Amino acid sequence: MNGLTIILSLLVIASALGAVALRNLVHCALCLMGVFLGLAAIYLCLDAQFVGLVQILVYVGAVGILLVFAILLTRGGGAELSPFFSPSWAIGAGAAALLALIMVAAILKTDSLPAPDAGGAELPTLAQIGKRLMQEDVIVLEAMGLLLTAAAVGAIVLAMPEPPPKKEEEA
Amino acid sequence: MTSLQGFLVLSALLFCVGLGAVLTRRNVILALIGVELMLNAANLNFIAFARLGPHPNAMEGWMFVVFSIAVAAAEAAVGLALVIAIYRRLRTAHLDQMDSLKG
Amino acid sequence: MMDWIREFLGMLWKTVSDQPDPKAAFLPLIPEEWRSETSVLLSIAPLMMIFPALFALTTVVERKGLGRIQNRLGPNRVGPAGFLQFAADGLKTLTKEDIVPRAADQLVHFLAPLALVVPVFLTFSVLPFGRHLVPLDLESGLLFFFAIGAATELSVFMAGWASRNKYSLLGALRAVAQMVSYEIPLILSALTVVMATGTLSLPQIVDAQAAGNGEWLARWHVFTPWGFFGFALFLVAACAEANRAPFDLPEGESEIIAGYYLEYSGFKFALFFLGEYLGLFAACGLGITLFLGGWHAPLPILERWIPSYAWFFAKLAALIGLFIWVRGTLPRVRMDQLMNLAWKFMLPLALVNLLAVALWHFLPNPLARWAASSILLAGAYVGLGRALMPPSRIGKRVYRYAPQDSR
Repeated sequence: MNGLTIILSLLVIASALGAVALRNLVHCALCLMGVFLGLAAIYLCLDAQFVGLVQILVYVGAVGILLVFAILLTRGGGAELSPFFSPSWAIGAGAAALLALIMVAAILKTDSLPAPDAGGAELPTLAQIGKRLMQEDVIVLEAMGLLLTAAAVGAIVLAMPEPPPKKEEEA
Repeated sequence: MTSLQGFLVLSALLFCVGLGAVLTRRNVILALIGVELMLNAANLNFIAFARLGPHPNAMEGWMFVVFSIAVAAAEAAVGLALVIAIYRRLRTAHLDQMDSLKG
Repeated sequence: MMDWIREFLGMLWKTVSDQPDPKAAFLPLIPEEWRSETSVLLSIAPLMMIFPALFALTTVVERKGLGRIQNRLGPNRVGPAGFLQFAADGLKTLTKEDIVPRAADQLVHFLAPLALVVPVFLTFSVLPFGRHLVPLDLESGLLFFFAIGAATELSVFMAGWASRNKYSLLGALRAVAQMVSYEIPLILSALTVVMATGTLSLPQIVDAQAAGNGEWLARWHVFTPWGFFGFALFLVAACAEANRAPFDLPEGESEIIAGYYLEYSGFKFALFFLGEYLGLFAACGLGITLFLGGWHAPLPILERWIPSYAWFFAKLAALIGLFIWVRGTLPRVRMDQLMNLAWKFMLPLALVNLLAVALWHFLPNPLARWAASSILLAGAYVGLGRALMPPSRIGKRVYRYAPQDSR
């Protein structure tokens, strides 16, 4: 990791903590956008140009917008949330912290993978990714299209206003 | 600590932050935010292994992430639609108050 | 020192006279460790100067043009024929008080204009302005453009939400809904070009539109049926994406005052104004690159005498003029009309257009592919238009209020 990725990593962790611990839901969503953008920048640093740009397009452009719309439609934009330190928080936070400790220790104790061969190894080009998507992985791609269509239809059906109940409440 | 380990540590921390959010926060949308964080942590692992592992010219890691991003988009759409539908019926986005199935 | 000045002027001359790699002779004079930073700076600085200057000029031209359309003079006090009006406007906005509402979310309110202007400037970095003038030649330049462009929606939301004003929030929600809806036809119409050229790199897309050997006409994509349709869809979608009239509901001054930037004043308001116009320029630049041949002249013979970037900026000026004309002519649409246009008309047409470009690609005979894709597109256009036309609007006119016997 060089200086740039270390700064980006700190940014990502800070935004992630903000996204889960802030008291206003819109602030949480904006912090989450910070995490997505920081991760996209890290992907770009790791030479994964295509994936990084897809990350910005889908996460910031689509998921983020959906999220803020959902927050506003459930009236979460103005109200303060219950504080982070609720009675049961210690168990959950403790479990997460314990898991973090175990995982970090395991990562640091494991021997690193052999470094990539310096010469000869060329990164995949965009054309190769396209060929891969359209030839070898075409069934996955089609399944993904089907999934997205189903999800879009399902989301519309779920969020459609229900027909008004028939005179139950008035009676 | 090698580069790869650095990214793995970042990913592990990100995952645990997301897990902590799912376990502690009682708002549905915050739980969804936690799930997104965990998904992103997994994606970061794929990218880091693809670039810094022994075979930087293999594409499997990238393909996984592209498909995982598509699945995450579908998940977010359906999940948030569910949140809105539940809010419309129960007038709450609080996980503890969605207890209609409790006897 | 003399070397520096001579090479710097040489670099400028090479840029102006359309020669390859203008920075090659100047950069070796810079110390090794600063070389890449200097190179980046030399690429960015012209962008940061030319496009804001173009913005300043456009505001005056737009006001004067709208004045002509509405049969009045427009600004005519400052400078020759009023053309220095932008300087007066700029001084006024810079010296105005910067008011932040007390209830506003201070940090988000401050960050929103930055979150608009920064991505908009970033989108310029992948556009090829001239034969050798590409600030950043990315392999996936088109994807970069759309990805960064999508990030501007967030700034609009931030501005509207942080102001804690119902009109701001309504404007922001309208703007975000509109931008999300029109992004789909925008991207789908740009995809036709990707299908035809097989690349996401914008310089390569421009190269694909050059005239072949011995041809007298350039192969601009707009000269094909799918390209013509794609360009029309692209222009309408770009207009909506930039929140310009007739799609300026997010600002709608007669209903929600000024939309999401209602609570901004002084320099922050100027940044929003700048970001909006620069977004329009970037979208026009992308349209030029994708459909109008980029920096290529319509007739290859002209490219010998007039430098490449002059063609790019001439096309940009023409498109800006078109947008001013449209703004002066068309009334604002209603919200339901806006959404119906995007989802029921432009989205199916864009999908049919993808089919048309596939036909164009796979039919070998030039006549056959012209005929096939034209018929397909014209059929879809007429059919969709007829199907969506509200029924019972065409008929004998009924005079409901006039006395019956007066006719």
